[in-house]
Amino acid sequence: MTDSISARLLRAVGGVPLAVVLATLLAAPATAQDRLRADAPDDWLIQDATVLTVTNGTIENGDILVRDGDIARVGTDLSAPSGAEVYDASGEYVMPGIIEAHQHIAISNVNEATNQVTAEVGVGDVLNPYDIGIYRALAGGVTTVHVMHGSANPIGGRNETIKLRYGVTDPQGLKMEGAPRTVKFALGENPTRVYGQGRDQQPRTRMGVEQVIREALRKAERYAEAKEAYENGERDRPPEHSERMEVLAGVLSGDVIVQCHSYRADEILMLMRVFEDFGIQDLVFHHVNEGFKVAPELAAFGDDGAGASVFSDWWAYKFEVYYSTAYNAAVLTENGVNASINTDIPGEQRDMYLQAAKTKRYGDLTDDEALALITINPARQLGIDDRVGSIEEGKDADLAIFDDHPLSVYTKPQRTYVDGVVRFDHEEDPDDMRLRVDPEGTVDLARDGYDRDRRKSCLKGVTFLQATESGLTLQHSH
Amino acid sequence: MLSASLSRRLFLLCALLLGLATALPDAATAQKEPGRQGVFALTNAQIVVSPTDTISSGTVVIRDDSIAAVGSGVAAPNDAEVIDCSGQTVYAGLIDGGTRLGIEEVGSLSETQDFNEIGEVTAHMNALTAVNPNSVHIPVTRVHGITTVITEPSNGMLPGTAALIDLHGYTPRQMHAAGVTLTKLDFPSVGRQGPSDDRSPETIEKESQKALDKLNEVWDRAERYARIDSSVTAAEGRRQPEYIPAMEGLLPVIRGEQPLMITANAASDISVALDWAEERGVLDQVILSGAMEGWRVADEIAEASVPVLVGSVMQPPSRESDRYDRAYETPSLLRDAGVTVALRSGKTENVRNLVFHAGFAASHGLGKSGALRAVTTAPAEIFGIDDLVGTVEAGKKANLFVADGDPFQPTTDVQHLFIEGYKLPLENRQTKLRDEFLNRTPGLSE
Repeated sequence: MTDSISARLLRAVGGVPLAVVLATLLAAPATAQDRLRADAPDDWLIQDATVLTVTNGTIENGDILVRDGDIARVGTDLSAPSGAEVYDASGEYVMPGIIEAHQHIAISNVNEATNQVTAEVGVGDVLNPYDIGIYRALAGGVTTVHVMHGSANPIGGRNETIKLRYGVTDPQGLKMEGAPRTVKFALGENPTRVYGQGRDQQPRTRMGVEQVIREALRKAERYAEAKEAYENGERDRPPEHSERMEVLAGVLSGDVIVQCHSYRADEILMLMRVFEDFGIQDLVFHHVNEGFKVAPELAAFGDDGAGASVFSDWWAYKFEVYYSTAYNAAVLTENGVNASINTDIPGEQRDMYLQAAKTKRYGDLTDDEALALITINPARQLGIDDRVGSIEEGKDADLAIFDDHPLSVYTKPQRTYVDGVVRFDHEEDPDDMRLRVDPEGTVDLARDGYDRDRRKSCLKGVTFLQATESGLTLQHSH
Repeated sequence: MLSASLSRRLFLLCALLLGLATALPDAATAQKEPGRQGVFALTNAQIVVSPTDTISSGTVVIRDDSIAAVGSGVAAPNDAEVIDCSGQTVYAGLIDGGTRLGIEEVGSLSETQDFNEIGEVTAHMNALTAVNPNSVHIPVTRVHGITTVITEPSNGMLPGTAALIDLHGYTPRQMHAAGVTLTKLDFPSVGRQGPSDDRSPETIEKESQKALDKLNEVWDRAERYARIDSSVTAAEGRRQPEYIPAMEGLLPVIRGEQPLMITANAASDISVALDWAEERGVLDQVILSGAMEGWRVADEIAEASVPVLVGSVMQPPSRESDRYDRAYETPSLLRDAGVTVALRSGKTENVRNLVFHAGFAASHGLGKSGALRAVTTAPAEIFGIDDLVGTVEAGKKANLFVADGDPFQPTTDVQHLFIEGYKLPLENRQTKLRDEFLNRTPGLSE
């Protein structure tokens, strides 16, 4: 490809004074809201690759025809229709764009830590399309991310499923149209620390977490009943509108999928019991480090089982993950649980293919089972598996191309397509891929590994009031 | 003499206490199967003697704590336990140049953390003192072929000494590898600390200068302390200097007897640190640690002939403007400039990922043998123990492992592990949890 987009970008970033770049960008018409790939083609023939479809096996010397951003055909010896760009992928591997079910990139706030129940808020309102993390995820073959509210509250806010259309500056342009709505729940140490330890309010214990959730769902049930009664003419007036209750009523009706932060086996069992009592079927547990202990129960939940989105090998950063095992994903999979792997922390999502590959060491999953952990399985957990998660005709052309098998530690991502548009190109992209240069904000640096580990992104934005021997201190968690 | 009933009661009490001790979810009792020394012959193995020398099929003989013989013509001794390693490869034990292994157990619980003593200048603290030989993290780490690590304190400018430890032993001193001890200097950062650092440029400069002044003041005192101490030793009758523990702790560095491990990550910090070390006459003792932005000043580091413990490798670049894979390339960019490079994971519970850090460094310029060197012979040279470890050669300490493939590939499994000749079981709490729960009984109950 000798496309001029990257060349233009190179000039813009590298050779021209900042003021000129900014002036040009500001002068751009409002319709052209893609600063990087506005004119990029979305008709492609990707040729002669090893195609890892994930759901339909592997095709050697395979071709993928992309039309209007969708996968039009998958096979061998396809020919390029006129107007389609050709990418010679011989010797390379194509897999479905990687999907991460748990991240906090591309948002400017994480936690509305003001109440035990905040289902009314949503991170979709604070999307930040300028986050360099979007590009870095693309550089690891990631194309879809479930951006989540934090875990300070037993019932947090709504999450947002986004496509990594880096370059688009309208936050709405990142949202994956038609993706089911989801809401964050959180169990265990985080909510009990924020409310019980931090504010002397319920919940302080896992008992309290259960009752906070039961009470909120019961109120939502009453709210929904009152609305229905009004609509049936059995009531004069509708209940007073509550956005919080609307979202929770959506949970009860199955319109909103609950994505629940959890670690210990007991709390996982607790939430499944609560949901059975309320007839809620759509449930995905996140982190779920002790999921391996209750894998049979997870598999048996509801009609389709509860999902589990786990870390590859993270543990011991707090007490509730001390009794963990890196074999979690494999044990869950062997027990029939739909499992995925996530990385949670901004900056860590660059190497998800390696995190999936670790299940080869920590377990005996097949290549397809390992790849499913970062493709079709998270797609199912987010309710978007009809659109993404495998290389199938009719699905979105979200594709990740590697120079070696993606489960090899030595592989390097070459190209990432989102909706048929090249959003990452190892060969052509310049070093500096920022969309916006803040002349005040500068040189960022240099965090060592320890500090990064301690960044509790799930609790970002929470301020703790801590009583110590020397008095009360405010602790702001990041 | 004790009456029969009293001694019986005492016996019962002891038994009860013993029972309690075993019933507690104690890491020590829960995880450790004993290792055993002896004579072992690893036969029909591919042997990676060193990163540049491989024997396609041969035998490694281990006797007691050492490697007794290595070669294609070596026969298994009569008294040896023979382990057929057909299709498998013997590698030297891997070394991690920077961890908190043994001195931190749970990240959020300060009760389990012993790496962070209070104070800016606590050079007399020794990480080795607080190493817990029964930390759950140790067997979790070593089953990947990682046999030896630096464990280091932090908090404050001079937080104490780091120690090189082998990942087997029942006391810290048994674990201490060849007595390697490094004084750590967390070099004061002279620049902006990141996007959230909102200090004005003037404040930053003022505070940087203050921190450097503080370091120089400490070093002046330490040199003075050493001079007085030496003269007391030389001439009888002179008054001892007032005992100052931290100054005492710095004596081996001031006297040129102990390496100084300087942690610096930002390019400007590295430059200032190298200049400082030269002015202070300690440059030839310096080992640089971290060096995230070392690639920006690679020539300066090479010029100073300072070896580097790089890492961690698998992390985003330090600046938003940097290329997405810059951190993966740092080891190779330094190596290409002529710097001796070893890797560090910078972790506690996931030191095991050192193998994947090495894999990423390999594919980003370092190459497979360069990466293997960075976790075997290079750290052995840097710590001055290349006569003891780092290769699979006769006479060296038997720190080695046998794997069914490339140790950096996730598809590979380690088959046998030896540390100081002890053949160690490849189990830990994580494998035991898998064994217990993979096919849980009872399973689903109605």
